[in-house]
Amino acid sequence: MSFDAIYRIAGSAMNAQTVRLNTVASNLANADSASASAADTYQARKPMFAAVYENGELTRGAGMGGAHVQVLDVVTSGRDPVRRYEPGNPVADRDGYVYYPDVNQIEEMTDMMSATRSFETNVEVLNRVKSMQQGLLRLGEA
Amino acid sequence: MSIRIDEALGVHSRALALRMERSEILSANLANEDTPGFQARDIDFAAEMQRLDSDSHQLFASTSGPGLKYRVPTQPAQDGNTVELSVEQAQFSRNAMDFQTSLTFLNMKFRGLKQAIEGR
Repeated sequence: MSFDAIYRIAGSAMNAQTVRLNTVASNLANADSASASAADTYQARKPMFAAVYENGELTRGAGMGGAHVQVLDVVTSGRDPVRRYEPGNPVADRDGYVYYPDVNQIEEMTDMMSATRSFETNVEVLNRVKSMQQGLLRLGEA
Repeated sequence: MSIRIDEALGVHSRALALRMERSEILSANLANEDTPGFQARDIDFAAEMQRLDSDSHQLFASTSGPGLKYRVPTQPAQDGNTVELSVEQAQFSRNAMDFQTSLTFLNMKFRGLKQAIEGR
């Protein structure tokens, strides 16, 4: 029986999407945190996903089976912060400049929607598999 | 005269096992929707089913090679991912429905066996 593999796969995907949602929230929350130097400025984060192939008991020889998702790493964007002239800002440097993180809000919002949708897809997979298993348990009942 | 349960249940128990394996593969496709470079895969259900019937009922016997095939996407993606959500969702829910159908058939078989045993 390979229901446990499906639970593992859907669970890993939900976990990965949660990490992604976490980084989106962090990016959006820090979009307006100004700082005095480019080095101190917050950098947008992004998770990297990778597929890890399962080797089930039945499918070992044939190389069949599913693949769960692993979050390899969370990387920073590496993009240069935006320099803005705001002499009134308390953290402005000597020339009156502050640095804002280069967070593309539209990009983050679409990323958020995509992550939510993927999460919901996997919840739906879990629901379906649950009803499949329940049907199997009721096998032979009147 | 005796009843052989295995024969009485017919093709449905094997279909059920294959449906379950397929749901694992399809759930992996859905899970890796956002993984760069992931290639969506599937099995040819009818071909695997035929192989099961001829091949001493061994699920995915390694002798005949893997029956896993790659899905051909309707549109290529830049990151090399070939998962198309709508296609996979449709396949997954159809597979789940077919699983329930096989379950229903099995239940009917069981009911028939029970009636035969009780002599009603």
